[in-house]
Amino acid sequence: MQRINTPWEIKRSLAVKAEEETNPRFGHKPEERPVQDYIKFGIINLDKPAGPSSHEVTAWVKRILSLKRAGHGGTLEA
Amino acid sequence: MRRESRGNPKVTGVLPTALEEATKIIQALLLAGKEYICVMKLHSQVPEDRIKAVLGEFHGTIYQRPPVRASVKRRLRTRKIYYVNFLEMDGRNVLFKVGCEAGTYIRKLCYDIGEVLGCGAHMQELRRTRVGPFIEGEGLVTLHDVSYMFAQWRETNDENLLRSFIYPMEKSLEIVPKIYIRDSAVDALCHGAHLAAPGVLSLNTKIKPNDTVAIFTQKGEAVALSKALVSTEKILKMDHGLVAKTQRVLMPRGAYPKMWRGGL
Repeated sequence: MQRINTPWEIKRSLAVKAEEETNPRFGHKPEERPVQDYIKFGIINLDKPAGPSSHEVTAWVKRILSLKRAGHGGTLEA
Repeated sequence: MRRESRGNPKVTGVLPTALEEATKIIQALLLAGKEYICVMKLHSQVPEDRIKAVLGEFHGTIYQRPPVRASVKRRLRTRKIYYVNFLEMDGRNVLFKVGCEAGTYIRKLCYDIGEVLGCGAHMQELRRTRVGPFIEGEGLVTLHDVSYMFAQWRETNDENLLRSFIYPMEKSLEIVPKIYIRDSAVDALCHGAHLAAPGVLSLNTKIKPNDTVAIFTQKGEAVALSKALVSTEKILKMDHGLVAKTQRVLMPRGAYPKMWRGGL
């Protein structure tokens, strides 16, 4: 069967233009963010159940985690 | 979102849900490719080899008019179908897997497959198995899991519980080409400045003008989503001038020191 290249299969390597150290006093590696920041900059790979709309599911996540804001990437609707 | 009043087919699966500041990253996921597993109900019996042949015709670029109840304007548009694979069938139910461009309507695809087959068909059940880098087989959690682990974290204060089901928002950008920049360029971008060549330290290959790129710090934090103005090859050779136009700032101002002055 014919198959065209999917965007998630493109392989890229890294090209270096200049070198410089990063200052450890600023920022964090994403995995090492303090827990409150980790939540604030977090995303969940959620399994949407059948029945409720994407919007309702997102509202539940917002309530469960007592967040101010939550949003979903790509409505999953019938 | 319009509420369903009539029988709603089963629709489940990967729904990346961004928290707080991470909601800014959603745009990147809306544009990302998707994969679905679908049960299509044929309106009469059709032999398997005929179904396989017709599914094959839907590979590549297809024309699709969004369904009546859609969130976009109903004009004919093209969508790329990366693959459509027949999995199995049972009577008039056909199970297939489809990898497609953002904005492809699978309900409509089923209808159109039914038209080409001549018997008519509709979507019976749908499960999304991929949104860009988020896949069914990796870190997918249910609402119950989220609720349980969050309560456990509240009780035990064990951060690892949270870190086990929440990804850093940067996960969303796994398949977006990246440009890594100097610490000194970060805060200017957070204020909306465009990226100039001297700020670039390294970058992915195969970037073309107009590609969406993610600007990253050396620590791997997302700074902004931008539109590349020049190719990887050109950026490597440039010593001045803009290389990417900032479209969406992802990092709050002030995380890195302000090392620029005057107008942007």
